[in-house]
Amino acid sequence: MSTRLNGQAQAALLFLLGATVLHAGLTDLHLRYVKAGLRPLLLLSGAVLIATAAATVWHERRRPPHPGEPHREPRVSWLLALPLFALILVAPPALGSYSATHTGTALQKPLGFPDLPARGPLRLGVGEYAARAVYDDGRHLRDRPLTLTGFVAMNGTGAPYLVRMGLNCCAADAQPVKVALTGAIPPVLRPDTWLEVTGTYTPRRTKDPVNDGPVPYFEVTRAAPVPAPSDPYDGAWGG
Amino acid sequence: MALTPPPPRGTSRPRPGPPPAGTDRGTPPDATPDAHPGASPGEPRHLTSPLLLTLVLLTAVMFQGPVRGALAAPVMQSWMTVFVAVVLQALPFLVLGVLLSAAIAVFVPPSFFARALPGRPALAVPVAGAAGAVLPGCECASVPVAGALVRRGVAPAAALAFLLSAPAINPVVLTATAVAFPGHPGMVLARFVASLLVACLMGWLWQRLGRTDWLRPPARSSQEGRSRGAAFWDSVRHDVTHAGGYLVVGAMAAATLKAVVPAEWLRAAAGHPVLSVLVLAVLAVLLSICSEADAFVAASLTQFSLTARLTFLVVGPVIDLKLFALQAGTFGRAFALRFAPATFALAVAVSALTGAVLL
Repeated sequence: MSTRLNGQAQAALLFLLGATVLHAGLTDLHLRYVKAGLRPLLLLSGAVLIATAAATVWHERRRPPHPGEPHREPRVSWLLALPLFALILVAPPALGSYSATHTGTALQKPLGFPDLPARGPLRLGVGEYAARAVYDDGRHLRDRPLTLTGFVAMNGTGAPYLVRMGLNCCAADAQPVKVALTGAIPPVLRPDTWLEVTGTYTPRRTKDPVNDGPVPYFEVTRAAPVPAPSDPYDGAWGG
Repeated sequence: MALTPPPPRGTSRPRPGPPPAGTDRGTPPDATPDAHPGASPGEPRHLTSPLLLTLVLLTAVMFQGPVRGALAAPVMQSWMTVFVAVVLQALPFLVLGVLLSAAIAVFVPPSFFARALPGRPALAVPVAGAAGAVLPGCECASVPVAGALVRRGVAPAAALAFLLSAPAINPVVLTATAVAFPGHPGMVLARFVASLLVACLMGWLWQRLGRTDWLRPPARSSQEGRSRGAAFWDSVRHDVTHAGGYLVVGAMAAATLKAVVPAEWLRAAAGHPVLSVLVLAVLAVLLSICSEADAFVAASLTQFSLTARLTFLVVGPVIDLKLFALQAGTFGRAFALRFAPATFALAVAVSALTGAVLL
């Protein structure tokens, strides 16, 4: 019995891998794992993989059978089936509350604070609210209704955070920005629920127990569950 | 199957054209660790690999319910997400690197490199190291390209300098570093200097101490007597399945560490000046973050000193788990086992020195 891949099996594996990558690239699936900017490269590499599979089959058929069986590859090639299964069968969700509670808040001082409209309700990203609250003293945030969207995570003592993960490259370097919730919080909160919270700025702060990073509070007046956005990560920070 | 059997084109066992020194040899006689134990050509095979692949796929589909249940724990989910993310992120760059390496292997004659690089290896090393600046990719792309360079007769010392410098000093990575450290412009310079220095020193070290028998040039089926197109696609197919398998190994290791290493440990280590450098060096190896993204991760490790974070940025692109797996796959395990620790030690020393001088 042979456990090595021959040309046909390799072609099949490459075709499936290419088709899976194309599928992930053409749907919103890839947004769970990588930045939106990688999409053209994903599509291109999927197409190249399929072309390689086709070329392998084509040349395999034109070529006379070779006595040395040069097409046999080491067993490590089999491992390429693993990401295939993971993507097709499981399609793991975007990083959520588990990673958020195990990673310290990655709030960093931005280069500057562009002016916001002077008054009226405002919709902000979690990262932007946190940065303005901590490093800009909430200058443009006072005395106006604000709306944030993020998912719920609980810290060790059961205090709720509203979190958005930020990506620089892929989910392996995803880092959370956390905002602590206070005020009219729904009585039952399940981690990983996506919430749209409306409320006001409060100067109160706390520290993330994981890395002592600054975590601002948000005074909730209304909270409503919302479906997860198609791009679950916050692309607005970190470049 | 074959409706019209084509005329036998390349049944050449004794090859007519003598291959240039340092290029292909069909199958390496020195037994690779995973060389086939008893696969003689005439061995009857009842369970062929396409059949096996079909069986594996069908079994996985049949049992997807239980598999999903077993993977529902939060740790497993986050493990899988990171695993898939690393593979998806690296795959396009691996494919591009493989295309480039196949193009070098098939279309660029060896004489080109003989003319482009200085004849003396001592001079070729820094030239090749600086040439790394033009390959805009991460480490996944540089390994297959360096393998192709060795096959094309480039001195291994120079190809290795290119391998180490390309992921660290290309414009994409340096721009990312500048964006991630807005308050510290010295970081970009320090990263460039330290990474290029490590690449050149390793090149010269290999030239003095390296032995050719440690380096297994990637096995390649013979390309004589075949069309260039066939050779090109054969090279792409081989490199993608081969390096891709090792990429999966590296991604699994990185995902495991990301899910297992608690952040509290890092906090404890950050206070100590020497320990913090070592911890971030080890972390860079274990996390295996793509070199285009590592600057942002380093920037977020605010509790660590700038020198410690520079070490993270210098060590990561030259040696990490994913890279080790790719190197072992491309150049052989005997090579990777010697090259990786030396690179690690040198990278830590150089970045500590550079940090002391420049930061």
